[in-house]
Amino acid sequence: MAHHPDHDPGTGQYAYEDGNALAGPLSEILTVDPTSALGRCTGCGSRWPLAHLHVYAQAPGYVGRCPDCDQVILRLVRSPDKAWLDLRGTVALTFRLGP
Amino acid sequence: MRHVVNNGKECTFGERRHGMAIVSRGFRGRPGDTHHKLPPGQYETTDFPVLSAGPTPRVDRDGWELTVRTETGARHSWNWAQLMALPSQTPTVDLHCVTKWSKFATEWQGVSLDVLLEDVETAAEFALVHSYGGYTTNLPLEDLLDGQAWIAYRHDGEDLAPEHGGPARLLVPHLYLWKSAKWVRGIQLLLEDEPGFWESAGYHDYGDPWREQRYQGD
Ligand SMILES: [Zn+2]
Repeated sequence: MAHHPDHDPGTGQYAYEDGNALAGPLSEILTVDPTSALGRCTGCGSRWPLAHLHVYAQAPGYVGRCPDCDQVILRLVRSPDKAWLDLRGTVALTFRLGP
Repeated sequence: MRHVVNNGKECTFGERRHGMAIVSRGFRGRPGDTHHKLPPGQYETTDFPVLSAGPTPRVDRDGWELTVRTETGARHSWNWAQLMALPSQTPTVDLHCVTKWSKFATEWQGVSLDVLLEDVETAAEFALVHSYGGYTTNLPLEDLLDGQAWIAYRHDGEDLAPEHGGPARLLVPHLYLWKSAKWVRGIQLLLEDEPGFWESAGYHDYGDPWREQRYQGD
């Protein structure tokens, strides 16, 4: 799995990872490869595969943000026996499936 | 509202139970101090891990403002100079993060919410705290009062660094640390509870570490 952490000049740390960090936790919920699903930001309208999100994985849950405007696209929280997936920042998710 | 202010008194609230009186420990704790107690499921760390749900906002003190808005729309605000002019306290408190680390005897300086809310007239029972950067968190208003919460602007004897929520953050150490909103900019007083950023995505509405209220349903 390729990670492309960007450097946050403020904290001197790698602030976020790319959307491939969501592959594991999301594939627990979705049966298709989630990172290639296409979304569209409800804030700025830009389109991207989930793999392009900026993912803050050090928070209490996963936070995926729009690579263009930083709006929150998704939040994913995993407890020992449940998962919560909030996708309110994307207009829809498009999955490419076999015919 | 009238609230008692224990100005300058050094207390820790890590072991405080809901509704009980504040008990001063009478000594200054140190990192690694074995007198402290861990809530269930927590481990002690001496680091201060940075957990962030987004980019770190860079907030200039010159443009900083804290606003309290009541359920009637009444607005009370303080700029940086006005906050600095208020009496401050130097609480030493234990922090408990829902990701299971606890840090004992952290030292802060800040203004008690009792001071900030003293002249605010409200019938609200709930608060929704807003941060620069868009983060929100909710808690009962009574958990902000009676010496339980501060707008903190110094930590460990230094100005609060941006990665820890500077220039100012909410400090409400008797609840899990996600309630202590970094980069605080406003408190909305509400008649009805409104879930915040993590509370609407699976985390517990209240978040008491001693009852291990991590997730909804705990
Ligand atoms: Zn966007």
